Amino acid sequence: MRTLIYLLIGILFGITMFKSEAASWFRIYEMFRFESFHMYGIIGTAVGMGVLIIQIIKRFKITSFYGDSIVFTPKNKGVSRYLFGGLIFGLGWALAGACPGPMFTLFGAGFTSILVVILGSIFGTFLYGLVKDKLPH
Amino acid sequence: MNAIFDAWHWSISGLMIALVMFLLLMVGKNFGMSSNLRTFCTLCGAGNRSDFFKFDWKSQQWNLVVVLGTIIGGYIGSEFLSTDLAVAIHPDTIEHLNSLGFKSAGSSYLPNELFDSAVFLDLKGLVLLSIGGLFIGFGSRYAGGCTSGHAISGLSNLQWPSLVAVIGFFIGGLTMVHFIFPLIF
Repeated sequence: MRTLIYLLIGILFGITMFKSEAASWFRIYEMFRFESFHMYGIIGTAVGMGVLIIQIIKRFKITSFYGDSIVFTPKNKGVSRYLFGGLIFGLGWALAGACPGPMFTLFGAGFTSILVVILGSIFGTFLYGLVKDKLPH
Repeated sequence: MNAIFDAWHWSISGLMIALVMFLLLMVGKNFGMSSNLRTFCTLCGAGNRSDFFKFDWKSQQWNLVVVLGTIIGGYIGSEFLSTDLAVAIHPDTIEHLNSLGFKSAGSSYLPNELFDSAVFLDLKGLVLLSIGGLFIGFGSRYAGGCTSGHAISGLSNLQWPSLVAVIGFFIGGLTMVHFIFPLIF
């Protein structure tokens, strides 16, 4: 039953990524050229609603559908990892025009070439695991 | 019905993303897609090479199911919920892309020049997509999250590290589009 719920949430996410065009390379390029409000509107609305949702959950101590308390694990302190990691991610995001959610959406939409990006990103994650202890965090 | 079959308005799209994050919180999970890339590594046996991949992948099984859903969602979105796949980007963007050699700008969902299945036989395209993927995987794990984990979940929870990460995303993205694209296209 829970598995089915995760699947449905994923389907909802996949449809949203495709129909919002957030999975389109063109929209990412346009965003980084500041030539349209589209992507900023999407992220802005999501974050605005997200802040509201999380504040309500915290304020009213809302529990999950299963009655457990909802915990938010704070991110580790530090600047280097977020800035450098973010920068490297941004280079890839702009070049491939897809991030780790939409790349799967695109595969489902029949763009088989995105497999190159997916395999590259798995390999990139592997490389990080190999060298992580040598990097500033 | 056009509201469904045309490209979705940014406000609807944003609300739907917030809904996805909310639903995941309500089933006791966190919205973050790049974690799956680490799980794939573990499934491929990467635990033998680095302790970073030694974790109980079953604790992330739910997220793999979300990935499966994301794939199915892409199929449904393109196959049953779209009449025209062309992305109506700004005319200035189209003009600029044309000058870089992207003739498909404004008439397709992805640039054919990069994503046509002929890319498997095109060395430059293969290299560019591989490097793009490599940076996405390396960077998101280094930063501890991607667009979903930092830009959406993290900013929604008003976490400073996520703001730093998002600033990093933009420094990287702007550098790529404004300084590196003119060199490679």
